[in-house]
Amino acid sequence: MAASGETLTSAGYIKHHLTNLQYCSAENMVDGHCSGFWTFNVDSLFWSAVLGVVFLFLFRSVAKKADTGVPGKFQCFVEMIVEFVDQSVKDTFHGRSRLIAPLALTIFVWVFLMNLMDLIPVDWIPEVAMMAGIPYMKVVPPTDLNITFALGFSVFFLILFYTVKVKGVTGLVKELTLHPFSSPNKFVQALFIPVNLLLESVTLIAKPVSLALRLFGNMYAGELIFILIALMYGAGVLLGGLAGVLQLGWAIFHILVITLQAFIFMMLTIVYLSMASEDH
Amino acid sequence: MSINATLIGQTIAFLIFVWFCMKFVWPPLMAAIEERQKKIADGLADAEKAEKRLELADVKAKDQLKQAKSEASEIVEQANKRKNQIVDEAKVEAQAEREKIIAQAQAEIESERNRAREELRTQVSALAIAGAEKILERSIDPAAHSDILDKLASEL
Repeated sequence: MAASGETLTSAGYIKHHLTNLQYCSAENMVDGHCSGFWTFNVDSLFWSAVLGVVFLFLFRSVAKKADTGVPGKFQCFVEMIVEFVDQSVKDTFHGRSRLIAPLALTIFVWVFLMNLMDLIPVDWIPEVAMMAGIPYMKVVPPTDLNITFALGFSVFFLILFYTVKVKGVTGLVKELTLHPFSSPNKFVQALFIPVNLLLESVTLIAKPVSLALRLFGNMYAGELIFILIALMYGAGVLLGGLAGVLQLGWAIFHILVITLQAFIFMMLTIVYLSMASEDH
Repeated sequence: MSINATLIGQTIAFLIFVWFCMKFVWPPLMAAIEERQKKIADGLADAEKAEKRLELADVKAKDQLKQAKSEASEIVEQANKRKNQIVDEAKVEAQAEREKIIAQAQAEIESERNRAREELRTQVSALAIAGAEKILERSIDPAAHSDILDKLASEL
């Protein structure tokens, strides 16, 4: 059960499952481990890229064949998702943008697919990778902080971009300095500016950080529980049977969690962007 | 578990995916969906129109049926009238024919009777002569007594 020969303890098993396959240049290696910023988590990048390509390939294949005749079952399914996303965007975002809807669709489906990796039994892919000589394999990209922060910061920069595009740089500065406290008296207003700047900066930074941490936290916790349940399989027939039931229950519950997290990420992105491009 | 360059790689991947989706996935899908929506809306409108037209056609057909019925009854009535007329005409004609035939027959009868009477008259005169001869047991000279005979015959 334990994946590598060196670790057969429970702690070792868990640690092994939570370690990324990393790549870095030779000068960043310390004691055989990568350290420093210029390290790549190859497994996270690989699986997220594969899932992104799967998403785009599936949707592109439908989009290429899409016509106005009677749609096939898969085309119906894809169109259902597209219309659902489109409706969500239209309900929340009232401006005109060619970017928001495709962005929301990409986030929703991609995050969903990445979350879906959580439902694959935790040992399958790492064991196969082990046979192929790959020591570590973390298959659920959202359990890697880098992945969720990459999404969160991308959204953050889009928020800044839209704020500047709609309200200009002065609009962005005003938004950061003249709210929430304002006063008709110029002197008092000047006193408020640092306070407002502090509060609004925190609010602004909180958006991507909360997006990233929410997704990461949910997926990491879910993955960890799957790993703990997997540990029980090695602890006798009784606990093993119990583990089977638990895994089934947790997996079914997790279907809800992964869909919900993907939806929340998409919805909050739309909301933040609509807030950025609308005047209060 | 630390922030590293994966962040950059993932951001680049994300931007590429969003760009691809925006360029090649979203527009054709949306176009197809919107076009189908329009098609369906058109189809529904057409169906409604067709229903209205059907209703109209129904009313029209009923009207025509009614008209045809009244026309037919009119024609039947006319035919009945014409029949009666023809029958009456035939009756009158037959009456005339009958009368003509009767008149002809009567005339024939009359002439026959006259002829018979004439014949009878001549025969009576002959009989009278024969009778008188028998009574007188002698011959009477017809020439001598022709005046008497003629008188007798004319009295018959």
